Amino acid sequence: MTATATRPPAAAAPAPSPLTSGRFTLVQRLAVVAGAILVGALTWIPSGAVNWAHWAVVSVVVYCAGTYVVSRIVEGRRHALDRLATAVVTSAFGVVLLPLISVVWTVVQRGWARMDADFFTTSMRGVVSEGGGAWHAIVGTLIITAITTVISVPFGLFTAVYLVEYGQGRLARSITAMVDVMTGIPSIVAGLFAYALFVLWQGPGARSGLSGAIALTVLMTPVVIRASEEMLRLVPNELREASYALGVPKWKTIVKVVLPTSIAGILTGITLAIARVIGETAPLLVTAGIAAETNLNPFSGRMATLPVFAYYQYAQPGVPPQNGLDRAWAAALTLMIIVAILFTGARVLARFLRPKGL
Amino acid sequence: MSSNDGGSDGDGGRHGPTLRTLDERVEMTEEVHDTAAEIASIEAVPLPDDVDVTNRIVVEHLHIYYGDFLAVEDVNMIIEPKSVTAVIGPSGCGKSTFLRTLNRMHEVIVGARADGTVLLDGENLYDPRVDPVAVRRKVGMVFQRPNPFPTMSIYDNVLAGKRLNSKRLKKSEADGLVEQALRDSNLWEEVKDRLGGPGSGLSGGQQQRLCIARAIAVEPEVLLMDEPCSALDPISTLAIEELMKELRENFTIVIVTHNMQQAARVSDRTAFFSIEGAGKPGKLVEMDDTETIFSNPQRQATIDYVTGRFG
Repeated sequence: MTATATRPPAAAAPAPSPLTSGRFTLVQRLAVVAGAILVGALTWIPSGAVNWAHWAVVSVVVYCAGTYVVSRIVEGRRHALDRLATAVVTSAFGVVLLPLISVVWTVVQRGWARMDADFFTTSMRGVVSEGGGAWHAIVGTLIITAITTVISVPFGLFTAVYLVEYGQGRLARSITAMVDVMTGIPSIVAGLFAYALFVLWQGPGARSGLSGAIALTVLMTPVVIRASEEMLRLVPNELREASYALGVPKWKTIVKVVLPTSIAGILTGITLAIARVIGETAPLLVTAGIAAETNLNPFSGRMATLPVFAYYQYAQPGVPPQNGLDRAWAAALTLMIIVAILFTGARVLARFLRPKGL
Repeated sequence: MSSNDGGSDGDGGRHGPTLRTLDERVEMTEEVHDTAAEIASIEAVPLPDDVDVTNRIVVEHLHIYYGDFLAVEDVNMIIEPKSVTAVIGPSGCGKSTFLRTLNRMHEVIVGARADGTVLLDGENLYDPRVDPVAVRRKVGMVFQRPNPFPTMSIYDNVLAGKRLNSKRLKKSEADGLVEQALRDSNLWEEVKDRLGGPGSGLSGGQQQRLCIARAIAVEPEVLLMDEPCSALDPISTLAIEELMKELRENFTIVIVTHNMQQAARVSDRTAFFSIEGAGKPGKLVEMDDTETIFSNPQRQATIDYVTGRFG
């Protein structure tokens, strides 16, 4: 007698099983894509001129519909819905991505002309048409943003710590409500507030880098509060309890356990908040104003900043206008590069500070 | 032993002589026993007038609240030093809540408070002049889920209690303390080569032993353990149970557990908490030597629970 188990003989023609269904093959998928592109093309060919946007939109819509129909026939209802949802979600992402790519591309393309040494080393002092630079505006933006950060981060972080670790009841709720209101303040209102404040202090027509920083602080602080609050709430309560159970006082638990655990997220939040205010134009227009030369003193005198510089170069480009427009695009590109550097820096820092294994 | 044997007063008559075996007594009460009514009728057994408080934890008339809700009602209890006391009971009976009042961790929750006395070596932990932070340095705690600090290395985790309590330690002192605490928690051999690595890189059982090392590095007198093995596999559980038997030499241990076999294996004394029903306060039903609780308890509610007929 043999010990080998015999398998039941394979059925000659397998009976249809409820566990199997048709497969939407790669060929079918490519056919749907090709068909969608073709239908898209057919809709603009009669008019003669290529309309890329029209083509893309029609193709995407036809692709979503086609995927659903073909999958429904081949695979069944559930698979078809799944594929439809995937197609819709992916195209939504594509639609959102398009303007972003377009903006970056346009700014790089047009700003590239003035990415030269002059632009980063000279100011607009005595410049009427060609040449000139944004050194004074770069310095102004960095000074004003630095002051804003130095004021906003402690206030924002302390408020967030209060809300998460200490606050309860009416006071905490009203602070949260006020923060929400502050988040919604139009930036020009913040600028007018800071301007009015400095007029009371220094007299009419007061302009300074500091007043610009104060205006931006009004905008940045609530963003810092919100971001830090979210991050602090993510710290598991078990860690706080573990620390209390070791006989560690509350304030020390916050400083040594809660903040280090959430520091990576808080840093990212602060970076986002900086990115939010570094490109603000309106409040700086009324507070810091514009200057043609470098001003390193934030306490007195007008101070140029990149967004305001870009605005004036666009609004009053001079003769011929191309010089001013080039400078405006270059300033925009510079601003984007600064933000990109900030983000990269924050990412690298966060990677080092992030708790292992959380 | 103390006379704080919940329900030893005149209950014997109702369930027949206590000479019978547990099985016989279960047999005898085949008719459905009204556990809820029995628990409702329980009143705290008074402590003896001349109770010796030296080194012991003596709990008297402890009522524990969450806001207005009475979670645990009128507990009297004596916990012996340098021994393991297990607290068992069904879910929601307030055993973890009770444990957390022993080092004033209960009040960390908003609105939570406790009334009554908890004497540790004769000092009332609930005296208004007592600083809860100081209490927690004397009464350490290990939680249900291992919770090493994720931002710290294994080494720093062990020292966290000392360091965060602003003790300045010399390098040699610190090294010695870390080694001792890790040896005492049977973790040293496994981690001595990677003390600088993150605590979260360890297995669950190792993390829990790291938490025990962290707790004993503060040199407490009492160690509270809130279901320390419920998130662990059987091998890690065994390691922790062995560890508890060793730690008993130096610490007073109170452990809350869902696992009755565990209570039977590791503890010297067992307290059984139960609850009349949802929304009602938990009560200490009975406390006695572990052997007695599992072989010959006084209360029918305890019999039902330890034989698995209830809870």
